[in-house]
Amino acid sequence: MTVQIQVKNVSKIFGSKPKSAIPLIKKGLSKEEILKKTNHTVGVYDATFDINKGEVFVIMGLSGSGKSTLIRCFNLLNKPTDGSILLDGQDITKCSRDELKKVRQEKIAMVFQHFGLFSHRTILANVEYGLEIRNVPKEKRREIAQQNIETVGLKGYEDKYPDELSGGMQQRVGLARALTNDPDILLMDEPFSALDPLIRREMQLELLDIQERLQKTIIFITHDVNEAFRIGDRVAVMKDGHVEQVGTPEEIIANPANEYISEFIKDIDRSKVFQASHIMTKPNALVSNKDGLNVAIKEMRENGISSVFVVDRSRRIQGIVTIDDAIQGIKEKKSLSDVIREDITIVNEEEYINDLIPKALESSFPLAVVNEDNKLVGYILRVHVLSGLTSDDVNESEEYVY
Amino acid sequence: MLMISFPDITFEAGKYVDDLVSFLADNLEALFDFIFFVTSRSISGLTDFLMIIPWWLFIIIIFLLGWYFKSFFSGILYGIFIFLIGTFGLWEEMMITISIILTAVIICLIIGIPLGVAMAFNKWVSMILRPILDAMQTMPSFVYLIPAIFFFGLGNVSAIFATLIYSLPPVIRLTDLAIRGVDKEVVESAHSFGSSRWQTLTKVQLPQALPTIMAGVNQTTMMALAMVVIASMVGASGLGEQVLVSINRIDIALGFEAGISIVFLAIIIDRITNGIAEKVQRRGGNQ
Repeated sequence: MTVQIQVKNVSKIFGSKPKSAIPLIKKGLSKEEILKKTNHTVGVYDATFDINKGEVFVIMGLSGSGKSTLIRCFNLLNKPTDGSILLDGQDITKCSRDELKKVRQEKIAMVFQHFGLFSHRTILANVEYGLEIRNVPKEKRREIAQQNIETVGLKGYEDKYPDELSGGMQQRVGLARALTNDPDILLMDEPFSALDPLIRREMQLELLDIQERLQKTIIFITHDVNEAFRIGDRVAVMKDGHVEQVGTPEEIIANPANEYISEFIKDIDRSKVFQASHIMTKPNALVSNKDGLNVAIKEMRENGISSVFVVDRSRRIQGIVTIDDAIQGIKEKKSLSDVIREDITIVNEEEYINDLIPKALESSFPLAVVNEDNKLVGYILRVHVLSGLTSDDVNESEEYVY
Repeated sequence: MLMISFPDITFEAGKYVDDLVSFLADNLEALFDFIFFVTSRSISGLTDFLMIIPWWLFIIIIFLLGWYFKSFFSGILYGIFIFLIGTFGLWEEMMITISIILTAVIICLIIGIPLGVAMAFNKWVSMILRPILDAMQTMPSFVYLIPAIFFFGLGNVSAIFATLIYSLPPVIRLTDLAIRGVDKEVVESAHSFGSSRWQTLTKVQLPQALPTIMAGVNQTTMMALAMVVIASMVGASGLGEQVLVSINRIDIALGFEAGISIVFLAIIIDRITNGIAEKVQRRGGNQ
């Protein structure tokens, strides 16, 4: 995975002489101390992290945490007071005005919380704005704009004005306008916060869909934990200008870096973040379909379990044998294939807990978890499903399979 | 020694201003002559043009403007107003007044909008201009009629000069306000696409600010009209001159006719410029 953006010790300070507070930051004084001493507000406090090409990187934090300040550093709407931001190796904080213009025109586009649309321009004129200021010929920019309007599903609205559209549609215009510049990086500053929940959900899915097709690097700001964990490949949690933790949603939930983050993620709907692979148990007992019933009984006895999965040579699941059936089978001189039960529920390791709940309830056996090659990788008991939903028992989920 | 009366200290500020005005009049004569030439030519050219238009066509134009920007009924009313002014025998005077106001307003916009923009962008310009604008609006207008005569002699040009000083502030102030009032995110989004400052100004900020600027244009126009009578004291012709004449002759009839004509013009101009402002408002950004 290639790193696209490197953020190195970026600080942003607001006040009359921002530079003067930098030494204090270097000394490690807190935001409050700096405010008291110098009357300067620290927006972003010594942030360092990398963003990979093609990932959805979510910056999450409550209002006032500095996330909007930070995202504006990526296209220098805010110039960092200190530190550097390397975009494909080029330090954009040292760009001349013309270089910056070029970076903004070609590499980075932004989508705004309240859409930032030009109310005096039609949808088409809004979408083609980025190309217009680059002096792309009218025919050409019309064509590209039109494509992007279709991408976001607004065909037929080209000649409307923004105030004639609903919030959700307006943000689609914002997205189309950003995509029209064909940027490598898409900055999205709480793009869906102003939308109602239903539309928000729809837009999130559509964004992921577009991301799948276009493979942009997306930096996404949100204050909504569920949104962050739903769409983020990696998430950075910010508080008071500090980046507190960076990691995948699973990493953050499994190992929150501090009290604040544990508190923050308490409300998260874990059933929509954790997948089968996080809560399953690796099977320590397995029976091959070539084995006899005695082997199966031995396995169950040794492991103290009442049923065991049967797999073929390439670990593909064949069914399950219970201890009762096996003992009965030996008495009746049957073979393993006679007593095997095939009415088990098989789930994919990437299924979310949310989807597992009904399956776990309906099935009388443990759920068999398979990977994409249909190989058995683990099993899930009902109790696993439940414990996966509470934060206290995260250790249960430590057995990753990868 | 109770220090009741003010001590014998004198500072003759007026004298220095007097010197300054004479100095300017002497040394910048060429400039003032040029301004005089351009302004008087545009006024007379405009008047000539307006006089070529047949009276019925002019009334139809006013009706159409009223209809488009206000309503059908308003259009008819404005047509009747213009017709009435004609029946008072003040047709030509009306045209001269319209020319003076139009010229004054156009000059106001040419000077005022860039100054307003400069104020919005630069706090130093803003700090310097603010008190000057206050002075321009509160200084009694008779005071600057005198230097106007010095520079441009008696006539329409001096009238325009005086009118400018009085009616320039609103358009500057409201342009400043309008530009600063454009939604921050909208300006940010223009920047984020790599617009130059000029592109941001012309493609985003000015169009977004247009409704408020139009409100300034409306005010400026009304103030220019309010100066018509005072301006006639330095020799402006037109309806104002008729009012002045009627005062001298104690001619109530003429005074009423000329006065009511000014009122008619004021109503028409106010409603039409207001209508334009409302039309652009519907598409504009900040309200």
